[in-house]
Amino acid sequence: MEIAFYTAAIVAVAATMRVITCANAVHALLYLITSLLAVAVVFYALGAPFAAALEVIVYAGAIMVLFVFVVMMLNFNAETTQRERSWLAPRLWAGPGVLGLVLLGVVAVALGGVESGAHIDGTPLNAREIGMQMFGPYVLVVELAAFVLLAALVVAAHLGREERPPDHVKTAREGRNARKS
Amino acid sequence: MFGLSFDQLLDIALTAFETIAILLAVVIAAALLIWVERRLLGVWQDRYGPNRVGPFGILQVAADMIKIFFKEDWIPPFADKTVFVIAPAIIMFTTLMAFAVVPFTETIGVVDLNIGLLFILAMSSLGVYSVILAGWSSDNKYALLGGMRTAAQMISYEVFMGLSLLGVVLLAGSFDMRVIVESQAGMWNIIPQFPAFVIFLIAGCAEIHRAPFDLPEAEQELTAGYHTEYSGMKFGMFFVGEYLGIVLISCLITVLFFGGWLGPILPGFVWFALKAGFFVCFFVLLRAATVRPRYDQLMSFGWKILLPIALVNVAITGAVVVAMA
Repeated sequence: MEIAFYTAAIVAVAATMRVITCANAVHALLYLITSLLAVAVVFYALGAPFAAALEVIVYAGAIMVLFVFVVMMLNFNAETTQRERSWLAPRLWAGPGVLGLVLLGVVAVALGGVESGAHIDGTPLNAREIGMQMFGPYVLVVELAAFVLLAALVVAAHLGREERPPDHVKTAREGRNARKS
Repeated sequence: MFGLSFDQLLDIALTAFETIAILLAVVIAAALLIWVERRLLGVWQDRYGPNRVGPFGILQVAADMIKIFFKEDWIPPFADKTVFVIAPAIIMFTTLMAFAVVPFTETIGVVDLNIGLLFILAMSSLGVYSVILAGWSSDNKYALLGGMRTAAQMISYEVFMGLSLLGVVLLAGSFDMRVIVESQAGMWNIIPQFPAFVIFLIAGCAEIHRAPFDLPEAEQELTAGYHTEYSGMKFGMFFVGEYLGIVLISCLITVLFFGGWLGPILPGFVWFALKAGFFVCFFVLLRAATVRPRYDQLMSFGWKILLPIALVNVAITGAVVVAMA
């Protein structure tokens, strides 16, 4: 399971790098999907098959489909790809990149010194245990998430509703039409 | 070898053999369906169907395959080449992967995942990309429209599909497909979960975008929808992928609602094949007998009728399970 974990982790990091550096938006999204799938494998290797499955269903399978859906309609062409590429000129990202790498090195050294005692064994946690946790100690978080989702649903319904004239405008117009006929 | 004992190696070899056998059986069944569907449509539309090549026209499959393999495989110069090539492979890959967790009999089946049902839902939700990317990469307005319709249709119907399965999961107390079949030893799920069965049948049909839910490729409006620009074996992959989808949904209905391999006298595999075969024929009959709805009808039917029924079904099943416990 350790091999699976590290392979998937490397894939996830590499794919995410390509998400940032890819000039073509749809190709970047494909790398993002790969990255999410790799994260699902990481979850699986850590012994959370349920979270892995939900990662694929919710993130890779539903949210990213909507991203692709929107980007598809933006009609990207060679010109936009070229513009995107010009924004990715090395002189723009080289400085922050090098400094970020230094920080990453510091974090890696610091974490290397810590003996956490944790190890990757892939002992699976089943759906029943997750359910007991969610609706036991963490029930408040679940309820809050439900509130947020309900608010989002109401907003979406409000934004998506059909525009119709207020009632008094409509009756006036109907009255006029009735007179004409 | 690699520190493995002879028994372990034998085990690995057997699993590999089983996997390949299941893959071959499933793909051959899907290819045969091309002929079965045309013959059955012929029966229901009072005509013959292909009956010239070989006995009962069964070699029509071979003829079709030869034709499709030797056709020119043309990639339009304006297409996004990489994505254009990947797209048809995705549908084959995700559908075949989903068969990994289907338990065909007590002993046959590639793997018993404890998240089996979620794995199938995950694979079916990844299958959406095949159609969307095919539509986008073709750079053709009909293909793009087909791809967009698919995105909306498949994401919506996935919701009802998942919700309808929750009742089955509640009754079995597990996502493991084998446990679900074994839990039906007393009574098949079709009886306590009849509304869930109807929703799953409809949503499954929409997931594999078969008639009457074939709006993504509605030929009168969109030429051929997302695969307008595809030819040769790449088109063949979409074609066989659709039949694989029919076989998969039929197998799932059998496993989840009709007791899988369970049945008297006859061996388990025969029961499974009979039940799955019945639903394959039912899907063909659906195509022969129904008309395609309009796009807004499809959407409002899903969200206004299927979703409430599925939610009520989950609530009632949950209440019954709690009351019985």
